[in-house]
Amino acid sequence: MSESPMLHVEEATKVFGGILALNRVTFDVHQGEILGIIGPNGSGKTTLINCITGFVRMTSGKVFFKGRDITGKPAHKIADLGVTRTFQIMRPYYTLPAYKNLVIPLFSPRAKRTGGWRGGGKLGDRDTVGIDILEEIGFERDSFVPYKLASSLPTGYLKRLELARCLALKPEIILCDEVFSGLSMSEIASMVPLIERLQMDGITLIMIEHRLRELFRVASRVMVLNFGEKLLEGRPEEVMADERVKTAYFGSEEVEEVMTYA
Amino acid sequence: MTTADRRKERLDRGIKVRSDGIYALLSWRELGYLVLPRLVLIAGLLLLPLVVPSLYWQRVISNVCLYALLALSFDFLAHYVGLVSLGGALFIGTGAYIAALLNKNLGLPLILTIPMASVSGAAICTLLLLPCLPLRGVYFAIVSLMYPLAMMRIIEALNIFGGTDGIMGIDSFPNHWVEQYFVLIMVLLFLFGLRRLVNLDIGLVFRGVKDNDQAVRASGMSITYYKAVAVFIASAIGCLAGACLTHIYMFSGISLFALDFSILPIAATVIGGGGTLAGPVIGCFILVPISELLREFGTLRIAFYAIILMAFIVFKSEGLMVYGQRKYHQFERWVKI
Repeated sequence: MSESPMLHVEEATKVFGGILALNRVTFDVHQGEILGIIGPNGSGKTTLINCITGFVRMTSGKVFFKGRDITGKPAHKIADLGVTRTFQIMRPYYTLPAYKNLVIPLFSPRAKRTGGWRGGGKLGDRDTVGIDILEEIGFERDSFVPYKLASSLPTGYLKRLELARCLALKPEIILCDEVFSGLSMSEIASMVPLIERLQMDGITLIMIEHRLRELFRVASRVMVLNFGEKLLEGRPEEVMADERVKTAYFGSEEVEEVMTYA
Repeated sequence: MTTADRRKERLDRGIKVRSDGIYALLSWRELGYLVLPRLVLIAGLLLLPLVVPSLYWQRVISNVCLYALLALSFDFLAHYVGLVSLGGALFIGTGAYIAALLNKNLGLPLILTIPMASVSGAAICTLLLLPCLPLRGVYFAIVSLMYPLAMMRIIEALNIFGGTDGIMGIDSFPNHWVEQYFVLIMVLLFLFGLRRLVNLDIGLVFRGVKDNDQAVRASGMSITYYKAVAVFIASAIGCLAGACLTHIYMFSGISLFALDFSILPIAATVIGGGGTLAGPVIGCFILVPISELLREFGTLRIAFYAIILMAFIVFKSEGLMVYGQRKYHQFERWVKI
């Protein structure tokens, strides 16, 4: 971890009216790492992602991507650099079929640069590339699922579609806002290998999560936020053992449950 | 029986399902199913000037086509980009004044003024609307309504471009056949062109901006840029209509910024069915002739007009085209619950 970090956030601060949503949060993410961010409701996790990706303007603080200052850049410019995000409340294009949902990111300047033949792969056809990406992310190719309207897909597929939209951009880093929430146990079980595969493909991930058991399986480091402040950061088992985390966040029973599992 | 113990079931016709794919080309019947509605529309429009009796009604056809162009541009912006624009009068006025000035001051023939007015007018309208593009829905509608009113007052107050008298003595089309067939072909061109456009990849981006602009931003695309491109396309269509209008009436004045040009296309879209593109054109072919028929009632025609609109909104709010498409593609039956 000696080389310069992939993403470096320095003293990120965000004030909404009189509420201090983020208070001088500083952290690094390195190439190929999975950083988990946990914290109770309203602790500023989503605000942090919004600030990094430019959807919300930071009050003060700096964000560096590969040593380059991206603070205050518009959201589409940041996404163009390869810093992509998913939304906690899924935002598919409801009126389009699932595979057509991916045509839109494949039409973006970044996908045109990185995807070969202006985003359309070897054939120059964005529809086929879209279906390929969907297959990679767990839509069965020969079924009718990729061709269904996004408005008729269940939550599990919509969460995958969120990830697929990021993958279409060939991202360097994905900021996942609760990809496991709202899924059944079996759906989560099938998502975990997917996350692991993204990591093996060399994509860096930041994951906001409430499903600790699954997060701790994949995350290499975990950061805890509480009331907009960074409580601590460390390897999953260190975080679990910390007294402050237990009192600030977990019900004691759940900690025990997770500990026995780990 | 009431709806409590039965409901209507709608199923796609077999022929619709079969002709969705490329296999439709293998049978005359399925080919006919696909081509016939389009052919009826095209042939109907092209035959219209031949069957219409008097010169007066032939002029009405040109009028209908100009409104149809405006309705197309409104429907495209409202239902495929999410910008509800009341700026139809702005497009008409800008196109008309540019064509009139080019023709009158530079002496350019109308074969040059019409395309030049469409493109440069679209550029001007896009620049004017650029500051309001971050607005959405009804807010954009309100601001875009302000523009034609402001333009009217600016021309009046500064007494430029002929002031309240307007510009007269502009070249007309060589004859009424050229006039009617030019506008009719333009309507068909833009109708099928826009239908194609919204299904291209860039058209999907436009629809994405309407559906969910935050996701478009997260995909690394500037929504303002794509909105500006869409406004350029729509205002080019509007300005084309304006340029034709000024050459048809050989006159350009502040009356071209009148709100009729903003409101009637919306009414036509309501009647024809929003989001179908063909619907608003059909709506214009119903509304404008009705408004001509009611002319002898004087101001009372506004009341008749309002009744027709209200009836449509209450009884057929989906619009004629959506209703027609449903009847064509699906069959319905009552099933017991």
